[in-house]
Amino acid sequence: MPTSVVMEALSPTMEEGRLVKWLKHAGDHVSAGETLAEVETDKAVMDLVARADGVLGSIAVKEGETVAVGKQIAVINGGSGKGEGGRVIQEQPAPVAPSTPPPPPPPPPAPRATEPVRPRSALPPSPAPPAPTSADATRVKASPLARRMARDAGMDLRVLQGSGPGGRVVKRDVEQGGAAKRETGEPVVAQAPAAAPLVRPEPVGPPVRRSAGPPFEDVPLSQIRKTIAKRLAASLGPIPHFFLTTEIDLERVADARAALNEGREQEERISVNDVILKATALTLKQHRACNAWWQDDHIRYWNEVHLGMAVAVEDGLITPVIRNADAKALAEIGRDARELAARARARRLQPDEYTGSTFSVSNLGMFDIDQFTAVINPPEAGILAVGSAVAKPVIVNGAVVPRLRMRVTLTCDHRVIDGATGAAFLETLKGMLENPLAML
Amino acid sequence: MSQFDVIILGGGPAGYVAAIRSAQLGMSTAVIERDKLGGVCVNIGCIPTKALLHSAYLIKALRDAAQMGIETNDVKTNYGTAMQRSRKVADQNSRGVEFLMKKHKITVVKGSGVLQPGRKVKVGADVHEAKRAVIVATGSRVKGLPQVGLEINKTTVISSDEALFLERAPASLAIIGAGAVGMEFADIFASFGTQVTLIEVLPRILPLEDAESSDALSKSYRKRKIEVLAGATITKGNVKQDGVTLEVKAGGATRTIDAAAVLLAAGRAVNTENIGLAEAGVQLTERGFIKVSKDLETTAPGVYAIGDVAGPPMLAHKGSREGIHAVEHIAGQKPRAIKYDNVPNVTFCFPEVASIGMTEEQCKERKVEYVVGRFPFSASGRARGTGETEGFVKIIRGKQYGEILGAHIVGSHASELIHELTVARENEYTVEEIELAIHAHPTFSEAVAQAALDSLGRVIDM
Repeated sequence: MPTSVVMEALSPTMEEGRLVKWLKHAGDHVSAGETLAEVETDKAVMDLVARADGVLGSIAVKEGETVAVGKQIAVINGGSGKGEGGRVIQEQPAPVAPSTPPPPPPPPPAPRATEPVRPRSALPPSPAPPAPTSADATRVKASPLARRMARDAGMDLRVLQGSGPGGRVVKRDVEQGGAAKRETGEPVVAQAPAAAPLVRPEPVGPPVRRSAGPPFEDVPLSQIRKTIAKRLAASLGPIPHFFLTTEIDLERVADARAALNEGREQEERISVNDVILKATALTLKQHRACNAWWQDDHIRYWNEVHLGMAVAVEDGLITPVIRNADAKALAEIGRDARELAARARARRLQPDEYTGSTFSVSNLGMFDIDQFTAVINPPEAGILAVGSAVAKPVIVNGAVVPRLRMRVTLTCDHRVIDGATGAAFLETLKGMLENPLAML
Repeated sequence: MSQFDVIILGGGPAGYVAAIRSAQLGMSTAVIERDKLGGVCVNIGCIPTKALLHSAYLIKALRDAAQMGIETNDVKTNYGTAMQRSRKVADQNSRGVEFLMKKHKITVVKGSGVLQPGRKVKVGADVHEAKRAVIVATGSRVKGLPQVGLEINKTTVISSDEALFLERAPASLAIIGAGAVGMEFADIFASFGTQVTLIEVLPRILPLEDAESSDALSKSYRKRKIEVLAGATITKGNVKQDGVTLEVKAGGATRTIDAAAVLLAAGRAVNTENIGLAEAGVQLTERGFIKVSKDLETTAPGVYAIGDVAGPPMLAHKGSREGIHAVEHIAGQKPRAIKYDNVPNVTFCFPEVASIGMTEEQCKERKVEYVVGRFPFSASGRARGTGETEGFVKIIRGKQYGEILGAHIVGSHASELIHELTVARENEYTVEEIELAIHAHPTFSEAVAQAALDSLGRVIDM
């Protein structure tokens, strides 16, 4: 029976997609899970996969055309009907529950805002790595048993494929996620990157665990906080920004980096930016007040640190996320940062790789910018703008000596962070970077 | 030659349910049945025995009625009357199935069907062709014990088939096999005044249930003067005109048991003969069941098998589920895999025994770390009120996550109470969700919540 191929919402906010390239052509045999076409969403170029086995029939959309999400763009004919689910044109007498083995992956990332409701039967099978069921920390369907097992194992339910009714994550899914964890030695946290081979073995620190407690705490707004929010928002745009700048001595970071990079291949070297990311993550862990989301009627204080990293791309800017950055070793952060930046530039980021950050860092040091102010990425409450590290004359013990110095500016959302709170954050960050051993 | 989308061989609880689901999915459907619709379950199994068990329950209740303020000078029983009523109940149910077939426009063909190659079924001189699939749901039948000289003769050596039609309860009865069937008939006949001896070859009665359930029933039956011989081997059976003499070896000693009749309740044989399986390319397993895939398809394409012939457990509800699964698969749907580890077991004797999941012994064998929670009905206000304080709820939970590994209930309404735990397991609830759900007071169901609490070390009412 024919199965229609529709333009799917491949990102949380996607409303239309431009068909970049058909990888399969009319008459080609396709099997469920195979990539049919490349589609450019509002954020990236993504793969559109077949939801059924069969022969690709009439193609209704040409390369380069833009169509709305939900519109039929082709048809898969015949086949054995073995395609899992699939949006079937011919009405079936009863809804088809997706079969258990192999488990269908969850629907593409759930929306934070708008995503057209798709039929349950559109759950595809795919050999590809699981798409997250939800790009943000909202509701994940899971059985109580699966939730407990995942919590104990430090697994992120959002990245597990649910094989239960309606994509519900059940015990078996967690167990299978656990098997993957045993193989890689890394728990299944959001998009744990495949470890690049290290030049020399180095302890990468404990496996990245989500914090034992709940991932965040919602604190109701006090009256004074409500008033501050209202007044400041009225005074300066929707988000009342303010800026705090400090200059940090980087001599010891430079020394530490030189030592760490000795013998490392060029592509494996730790950059100053990696050290800044790591220090920022650790600082956020100590200053939860800055690791927060403004949620209009409450503030969400995150117990986990998901660090956004602004990356300039050809026609704009995107902020991929280093998950649980506070718990990752320096080398791991470096690897994540490199990989994410490369994929961002190639416009190959998955939605869960650029959503859900709790704080961001923007570094224009490589453009020889001394100092700048960055604009907050809502709903986050802060962003750190990093300038270039340059040798400057500094007075040390009464003598003028050349030191490597770097200016950072913290932009704060005044509804969440007050001046003293932001200053305390910078003080800790500065202390860490001026004494990098403190990070170990 | 008539054509249908789906032809089902056998109108028992697997076959007739499959037929209805098939009709619901818009497929033209035929059921071939040589006897009455509803199969063993409706006619000579589940349904009439439940009618008789209710008579047995009332006899016991009336004998204890004085303390409830009901004076009964003498409770007289008449098995024949109870049997007649049970027949009416069975016939009503069979007619109910007939009605359902009509309602869903399912063709019922009377006769014995024989498979032909190519999805055809021959009934007498007629050949019917299935465009989509043939489903074999021919069920099972009682079997004798020829190895010890006990062939069913329908007078002194009987099976449940005959026991259900007796005009009067025998003075004495030896029942061989203490699974669900043996246990239920022991209860029925003991209530009607028969001296019952229950003989089980395995070390305990209800051998598939948790040892605590077996022990509870063993004690309860002995209190009712039912003789229970477990771990007993029958070495010889001597069938006479007016009775049977059995030589039984139990506990190292050999003894002789004389009974007016012996009821064979040790296993059933599947109906796989004379239905053309081999000719149609349908293979059997080593144990004699039809070999099926997880979607119940046999080794012959387009031929499915469901219910008893498709393998254990031989339970009506398991067969019905397979019927629905097979038909949905035939219709091109992707039904969810059948969870064979979540099929409830129920024995409807008094007190009732019900279970789901693993027994404690199985947990030990599999080296699963577990914690047991128990709650006796003697601590339940409701059970005290009805005078049904026998039995308990036992929940075995996983040590780490509280997963419900198994649940075992002995007592009144156990057959109904077990489903809370079946639903819980189906949805992967843990004992915490059971406990969090508010249970109405005063009910038997509270014992389930209390047992869950007990497994967490927080029992309230004990």
